[in-house]
Order: sequence, then structure tokens, then C-alpha cells
Amino acid sequence: MVAQRLPPEPKGAEITAPALYARRREFLARAGAFIGTSAGLGAGLTWLSERGGVSSGPPGTPPAPPPAPFGQASPWSPLTPSPFSVPRGEATAFDAVTTYNNFYELGLSKSAPARNAGSLRTAPWTVRIEGEVHAPQTVDVDDLTRWFPLEERVYRMRCVEAWSMVIPWVGFPLSSLLARVKPTSHARFVQFTTLLDPEQLPGQTSAVLDWPYVEGLRLDEAMHPLTLLAVGLYGTPLLGQNGAPIRLVVPWKYGFKSCKSIVSIALTRERPKTTWAAAGPSEYGFYANVNPAVDHPRWSQGSERRIGKLERIDTLAFNGYADAVAHLYGGMDLTQNF
Amino acid sequence: MRRSDWLQPAVLTGTLAPFAILAVRAATGGLGVNPVETALHRLGLLALVLLVASLLCTPLKLVTGAKWPLKLRKTLGLAAFFSALAHLLVYVALDQGFAWRTLAKDVSSRPFIAVGLAAVVVMTPLALTSTKRALQRLGPKRWQALHRLAYLAGVLAVVHYVMRVKADVREPVIYAVILGASFAVRLLLGKKARGPSSPA
Repeated sequence: MVAQRLPPEPKGAEITAPALYARRREFLARAGAFIGTSAGLGAGLTWLSERGGVSSGPPGTPPAPPPAPFGQASPWSPLTPSPFSVPRGEATAFDAVTTYNNFYELGLSKSAPARNAGSLRTAPWTVRIEGEVHAPQTVDVDDLTRWFPLEERVYRMRCVEAWSMVIPWVGFPLSSLLARVKPTSHARFVQFTTLLDPEQLPGQTSAVLDWPYVEGLRLDEAMHPLTLLAVGLYGTPLLGQNGAPIRLVVPWKYGFKSCKSIVSIALTRERPKTTWAAAGPSEYGFYANVNPAVDHPRWSQGSERRIGKLERIDTLAFNGYADAVAHLYGGMDLTQNF
Repeated sequence: MRRSDWLQPAVLTGTLAPFAILAVRAATGGLGVNPVETALHRLGLLALVLLVASLLCTPLKLVTGAKWPLKLRKTLGLAAFFSALAHLLVYVALDQGFAWRTLAKDVSSRPFIAVGLAAVVVMTPLALTSTKRALQRLGPKRWQALHRLAYLAGVLAVVHYVMRVKADVREPVIYAVILGASFAVRLLLGKKARGPSSPA
């Protein structure tokens, strides 16, 4: 058994002076005030500086389904590959594609749409095909996906804000649908409209844009084989934040042209009054073709940040699809028609 | 030891906390999928908040009569300058990758960037003359005249923020209103407090 040793007696200098001991309450109060002030100020500043930005680990994000390997475990398998695709290896991570979104109807920050997408009910969902068509109709999205063979199209997506992704979409060419509903000889444009329902899309209660969101294409742009109606990405159905259950994808134009959560596709005689072009006519044009030579008034469009990569890359004319689409704009001044 | 000696260190600790949190998040992948943009926005917003806070010290003293807000002005102002500088460095180094030609074009052809840069330029002499020695060398009158540039920096920072947002100007407008209110308090109460004799 080891003999128990008493601790040495404290030296005289270590003994708290009686005067100081009497002020311990004051000391504690100050320590409390210090901790409270610094913690409160630190928390307040952090909160304020994080407003409107990307919050880390958005609370309440529904667990995203794992991306299906190509052609497998997909409700639509087998998907037809497409010669229009860029290599799938270049695709941006599924988590990035589904948590970094511009969809003001579900919130203004990049992370808000993923957080708020739960309010959007995507089934049942019908799309009105209307206007200058011989066969106007209201069609269920499930029928659309049965009418046309679904393809995987791995497209570059360039946002007007100078960031970009590569996304493996699942969808069918808009031209297939338009051929089926037969535009009349008066049809010159196609207008797309997002669902208007502030209960499902709570962002529509704020007046940052004129709701509902409207986008449009010239008929020849709409008929171009690259123009896609997408119902999924990474082999799984679209999530609300990506514009479920059906959205437009026009890969040679800035992302805002690719209207989300579409309820109406209308063939028109007149050029549609599109939302961003109406909100900022000097900054956002009707054409909105990706063009490194025409800068946004407030920032350069010459380069972009590919999400997932740190350094910037050069932006390509028509987002790299010039060979396929440049002829649509022959003779046009793209500085004027931006 | 005076009764409020804990205040300044507490404010310094509190202003350093968001930088530490940002650094930890940057190191652990907590800044989302576009970390450069997130860091850029957070540092910019932090600079604006701190700058506005530093500009609120004098009106707070005028309204409450308490002297303690003036002791915090320097800490808050310096913290604002350093976050503005960090914001600028993230833009130059991480966002643009030192592409000087693009940067020069950005400054010359984009008012929103020129205004932001002007705010940092205006704040620089204030940070450099924030010491007691600088105050003594300049003399209180010239020092105070120089440091009135802080108002200009505040206005430039809010304008920079208003011009940056795409559609939703609500947030920047809040800062504009707070800044406007603080200027109004200075104009209404400042003269009375100063009186006919030289400023304190």
C-alpha cells in the first residue's frame, strides 16, 4: 500500500489577498459581461454576415437521393445516350447541382431552394399546351414522359452570374412535343410559364420579380435539337429546387432562360415579355445567348467559375455549342440582341 | 481597474469571432459548393456591418450621453477596414486569380467595383492614422477632419452593396436607412452638443 501524501501547503504568495477575494463577485460579473458581450457580438456579426449567402449545412434539407449510375437504378432505364452530351465524367457533383440553385420562387439565396422545395407538390402535374397550335391540350407530365423516349443529355449550364456546372439531364427534345401538337402558321415564338402559387412557391409573396416567371424562345430556337424539356437529372426525377417536375434546358443560353416548374407552353405570334428582360432590360436580354464578348454591365462574361473547381475557366461562345446554333443568329448584331 | 475595462477587449474578441468562424468553415468545407463566392460575400457584408457599427458610435453617444460608445469606434472601424481589405484580397486573388487586365477593366468599366475599391481606398488613411501618435502629430482638428471620410466610406459601401444585388434591394436598403438615420442624429444633435466652442 502506497502511503498517502498530502499536497504541499500553498506558498504565501499564492494565497488570494483578502481584498481581492472580497471582489470576486465583481470579477465574476465582469467576466460574465466580457463573455456575454464578445459572444453576443460575435454571434450577431456572424449572423449578419451570413444573411443572403450560402448557409453551411442548410437545416431541414431533405436527404437527396443518391445519383444513379448511368442507365441503372433509374425509373426510366434504359436511357438513350445522346451525341450532344459532353463526357459524363465532367459532370458537377450531384450535391452541388441540388444545393446551389437560383430559383427565386423558393428563396433568394443559393441554398434556400433546396431548403424550401418541400412545399412544391410536383404530382399530379399537368402542362397546358396552348396558343397557336392545332392540338391545344392539357397533358399530364407522366404522359409526356411516356410519349417520347427519354435521353440522357450531359450539358454545360452557364449562369448569367458567371458560374457554371455540367449537368446530366434526363428529358426529351422540345421539338418532339411541338411536332406532336402542330404549331399553326402564325406561331413565331414559344412562351413558357412557371407555376403561380405562393403557397407552393413562397418566394412569390415577395415582389422581387413579376410573377409568374415567364420565359420565351423564337420558334426556330425552340425547335433546335439541343433544346430539351427535362424531367430528371443524374437518372432520378428532378427535385423541386431544380424545377420539378418539368423544366426547359437551353444549353447555349444563360441559365435564366431555362424556365422551371412549367405549367404552360404557349405558341405565340408576338415575342413573349420575359421576366428578367422586363426586370432589367439593360442587363438581361431576350436572347441571352452565352457570349464572352458581351459583358454584363456589372461584371465580365469572359470567364466563369465551374462549380467544384477553384480557378476560373474561359467562357465559350454559345457556351461551347456555337457549331450547332450560331447559324440561328446569322446577320444579327449580338451586341444589340444580347 | 476601471469598471468598463472589460468592454474593449470583449468587443475586440467579438469582432474577431466571425473571422475565426469563416476560417474554420473554409478549412472544413463548410462554405458550400462555391466557397470563393461565399467567402467574398461574407467578408463584404462583415465589413459593411462593422463600418456601419463604427459610424453608430457617435450618434449613440449623442443620444444616450454615455461615453463608452466612443471607446469602441476605433476597434470597430479597424475591424471594418481589415474585413474590407480581406474582401478585396479574396476578389483579387481567389476570385480573379490576379488577372490584372481583367481587374483593371473591372475597375474602369464597372461602377460597382470602382465604388467598392474607392471605399477601401478612403478607409486606408483612416486605418493608418488610427494611433494616438498619429492623432498627436496631425492635431485633433486635422485628425477629425480627415476621419470624417468615414462617412464617405459608409456611403460608398452601401452604394456598392445596392449596385451588386440583382433584384432584391431590401437588405442593402436596411443599411442605407440605418446610415441615413445616424447622419440625421449627428446633424440634429451634433451641433447642439458641440456648441460654439471648439470640439471636444
